[in-house]
Amino acid sequence: MFAMPVAHGCASGLGGMRAAGDLVARMQMARGMRLGEAKTYVAEQLGVTPFDLSDPVLMNERRGELGLGRVTTFELSHPDDPTAIEAKGNIADLLGLEIRSVSLLEERMHRRATKG
Amino acid sequence: MGDGSIVHMTRSEIEADVRAGVEAAVKRAKTPPLAEDEIEHLVDIYASPSRFTGVDIGAEVVLSYDGSGIGTFTSGLQDLQMYEQCFAADLVEQCHGDYSFKAVKTIVPYEAQRMRDAQLALTVPIQYGAMPNLGLYCRPDGPAPNWAELLPLGRFDEARAGQEEAVEFAVADMVNVGEALAEAGADGIDFDTAGASGDADFLATLRAAEVLRARYPEFGIEIGMAGEFVLGMHGELDYDGVRLAGLWPREQLRVATKAGAHMFGPAVNVNTGKTAAWNVARAVTLVKPCMEEATIPIHMNVGMGVGGVPMTSYNPVDAVSRASRACVDILRLDGL
Repeated sequence: MFAMPVAHGCASGLGGMRAAGDLVARMQMARGMRLGEAKTYVAEQLGVTPFDLSDPVLMNERRGELGLGRVTTFELSHPDDPTAIEAKGNIADLLGLEIRSVSLLEERMHRRATKG
Repeated sequence: MGDGSIVHMTRSEIEADVRAGVEAAVKRAKTPPLAEDEIEHLVDIYASPSRFTGVDIGAEVVLSYDGSGIGTFTSGLQDLQMYEQCFAADLVEQCHGDYSFKAVKTIVPYEAQRMRDAQLALTVPIQYGAMPNLGLYCRPDGPAPNWAELLPLGRFDEARAGQEEAVEFAVADMVNVGEALAEAGADGIDFDTAGASGDADFLATLRAAEVLRARYPEFGIEIGMAGEFVLGMHGELDYDGVRLAGLWPREQLRVATKAGAHMFGPAVNVNTGKTAAWNVARAVTLVKPCMEEATIPIHMNVGMGVGGVPMTSYNPVDAVSRASRACVDILRLDGL
């Protein structure tokens, strides 16, 4: 397991939620955007340049500000940050996508209240 | 080497192997060769004595990790979290150890529940992955006549009929699993090693993708191939008028796009008896025509035994990082 994910991640990966790789991946998956288009779109929504998307320091700050979820580290805790599914609600709003797991959560919550 | 063993070579020997790899692709697939500056860049990457290499800052690509949630030494969910939190994966993939849609169909409610639980725990997108694996639908594993037994006997019509029957079963299973996982919150589905059983296997994948795309417009559908060339086990099947047997990556991309895929993964198999430099040169030459006309992201398969990565479970990081950089630098890929 060591060689494939770690070597590829270090050699050519966008950095997942250490940076903004998961956001670019979402635009590819949902809209079929090619890399340049997806990077430009995500960068515009984040208020950064496409070059910044793999910068873990800058992206960690932006993710924290926008509530997009951050990687947990042993040096820091983020008890006030959104949880994973809450962060995905913010990501859906930011990117203008429907994220199915977020929609399902909303559909299934507050049933007594919505049924009167 | 393509089997992962280390070999000492001079720069001129590496250059000769790169040129030979390009020539092998040109001869086999009638594809244009790499440009001189691209060949030089490959030689530079492979002639470097460094242990590790990588793309330029700012040129990083999306990494889709097939098989990442298989539960190698933890639970499937813990594997997914490890890929998200420790390996910085851009997207992860839930899957079952059997990794075939036919097997998954029998346990799909459990897989759907695992997906629902994982979606609550992870932030990065989670796709579901499995193989079309058409061979499981023929006897003795399935109901269709076994074309691999019939073909050597010269019973071609029966062999073709068996494959056509298997296609219908496979499409139904892939759609069933895809729908169940989409309804459980999956962000996408990965049809991995499409075409492994030949043109009928690929046809079943395309038809399943078409059904799921019509139903879920923003569902991630990735079609990853089993090899560089679609084998004509049937020989007469077509998709939207395109004969599937004998398709190379660019033509595979065209039909995958038409079927509704949002990501396409060309695969070029490794020759274990040749060097890593030869293999990656051949691989990028075969995939390059895809890049020139793609309208969807190209996530080239650069894993064990494909895309210039040696065929070994314990890959040297120098070989993986060189293949990773070479494919991204030369092809300007959208992902791996």
